[in-house]
Amino acid sequence: MKYDILNYADTRSGFGAGLLEAGKRNDNIVALCADLTGSLKMNAFASEFPERFFQTGISEANMIGMAAGLTIGGKIPFTGTFANFSTARVYDQVRQVVAYSQKNVKICASHAGISLGEDGATHQTLEDIALMKALPGMTVINTCDFNQTKQATIAIADYEGPVYLRFGRPKVPNFIPEDMPFEIGKAIVLEEGTDVTVIATGHLVWEALLAFDELAKEGISAEIINIHTIKPLDEEAIFKSLEKTKCVVTAEEHNILGGLGESVAGVLARNKPYPMEMVAVKDTFGQSGKPDELMEYYGLKSKNIVESVKKVLKRK
Amino acid sequence: MALTDSELKNLKEKAAQLRKDIIDVTFWAGGAHIGGALSMVEIITILYYKYMKIDPENPDWEERDRFVLSKGHAGVGLAPMLANVGFFDKEILKTFNKFNSPFGMHLDSLKVRGLDASTGSLGHGLSMALGMALAARVKNLNYKTYCLLGDGELNEGSNWEAMMAASHYKTTNLIPIVDYNKHMIDGRVEEVMSLEPLDKKWEAFGFEVLKVDGHNFIELDKALEKAVSAVEKPVVIIANTIKGKGVDFMEDETKWHYGSIDSIAWEKAKASVKVDL
Repeated sequence: MKYDILNYADTRSGFGAGLLEAGKRNDNIVALCADLTGSLKMNAFASEFPERFFQTGISEANMIGMAAGLTIGGKIPFTGTFANFSTARVYDQVRQVVAYSQKNVKICASHAGISLGEDGATHQTLEDIALMKALPGMTVINTCDFNQTKQATIAIADYEGPVYLRFGRPKVPNFIPEDMPFEIGKAIVLEEGTDVTVIATGHLVWEALLAFDELAKEGISAEIINIHTIKPLDEEAIFKSLEKTKCVVTAEEHNILGGLGESVAGVLARNKPYPMEMVAVKDTFGQSGKPDELMEYYGLKSKNIVESVKKVLKRK
Repeated sequence: MALTDSELKNLKEKAAQLRKDIIDVTFWAGGAHIGGALSMVEIITILYYKYMKIDPENPDWEERDRFVLSKGHAGVGLAPMLANVGFFDKEILKTFNKFNSPFGMHLDSLKVRGLDASTGSLGHGLSMALGMALAARVKNLNYKTYCLLGDGELNEGSNWEAMMAASHYKTTNLIPIVDYNKHMIDGRVEEVMSLEPLDKKWEAFGFEVLKVDGHNFIELDKALEKAVSAVEKPVVIIANTIKGKGVDFMEDETKWHYGSIDSIAWEKAKASVKVDL
């Protein structure tokens, strides 16, 4: 692959850096956090702009409502808490006062997926993409590394409309070049190939690139596409690639039901089906453990992508 | 400034008119949440005619006062109020609840002129209103945000989160009012889920509590005057009201939380509305 590990960093720090940068560029940005300022890396924004930061305590429902109210006069509220508490816990609030009311609120969610590790299943949401993409008008973004999360945070500040931004806890390879353009709704072809398309999001993007190398050794040419914006989905990029490769594997740190894979499958089924395999959590809850051993146990590593590629190639 | 006799007379007439409008819209709609709309008539009448700075010609005026109907099911009461102060023609309310109408049962701020928030799911309004109050602070604007809460709605825990935060942030520009009509769908509030001592609960959450007869304009006026000039801590007005107030056969009856009326009941209901309650 043509990407180097620039450093190891957590995507949540990318969010924190992006929020600070966006806050400097635009006075209208305000931020709210439900007692997880450190975890969400929002301290820098909070200390730089104390009058634009609202600590809400552990009251996520109230935080979402406050954020909707704060949009008055062009304010752009960013809420911060864990992914579980940004979605399932406050779904009715998000649905009614943000999505239905078309409020320009950015729901920023850390510790998504099983890679949050030791906190275990209660905190490891694997359903959040499904919940959020089902809301009309909600943009859903899942970023893959520090640089992309920072870029995405800045990009959503400039975008008018409700957004769900999903990122994670552990330090992972940071490999997206800082100068790579980030556009909401636009897929990024990270590697070009001809035999199979691998579409990955979030922490699985790096795994997909590792799979690219593994497959190349065996003479299989994989095209690696990073879909950071799950909704709206870049259908054009998907079909452009599939016209060439004729089969696809999706990879994500989410339940197999309701995630990126199902979005891609829906687009294919409605237009032109191709053989497809999905790398995702197989409709189960997580458990406590180290991020890496959990990713291994739940089948979210490069080797699982390689296996799925081989399987899908046989179905071509 | 205390209400003058002519102001009082005017408010009473406006309230009686609004009651008749609520009855009309309920009839046109084929059913609506009439009980809780009738209980809030005096509260929203004094807000819209005396306290709130609004400009129906310019509904998006940034410095206007905000009103959040947290008990969103009472949209059948707020919609004619907005018409009466000039945001739109009352005739359009004949489409209330009908397919393709801008007026659904729970009002949508993207479709209803002069409406500051879409509500319907309970327990959202106070948080939104708090956000609006904080936006005024951040933007250095002087508007007030009024939030009308139902009593049954206070079962929702999110309200208590918002109360805690409002007193934490000392948002004296936020004025919650509880329409304490003592009924919810399944029965009397104290039987379904007791709220008492409600005043002590608000006090414990950091509010100054003013209890008034929510159908008495003089009491409402005194309380609002105090609330709008609060500086130390936010004021909540607990307005003791009667569900179905002003329509004799609906008063204090749980079953009129939601109801439909036929043409006979329609005439009867309107005939029972009086200017002096």
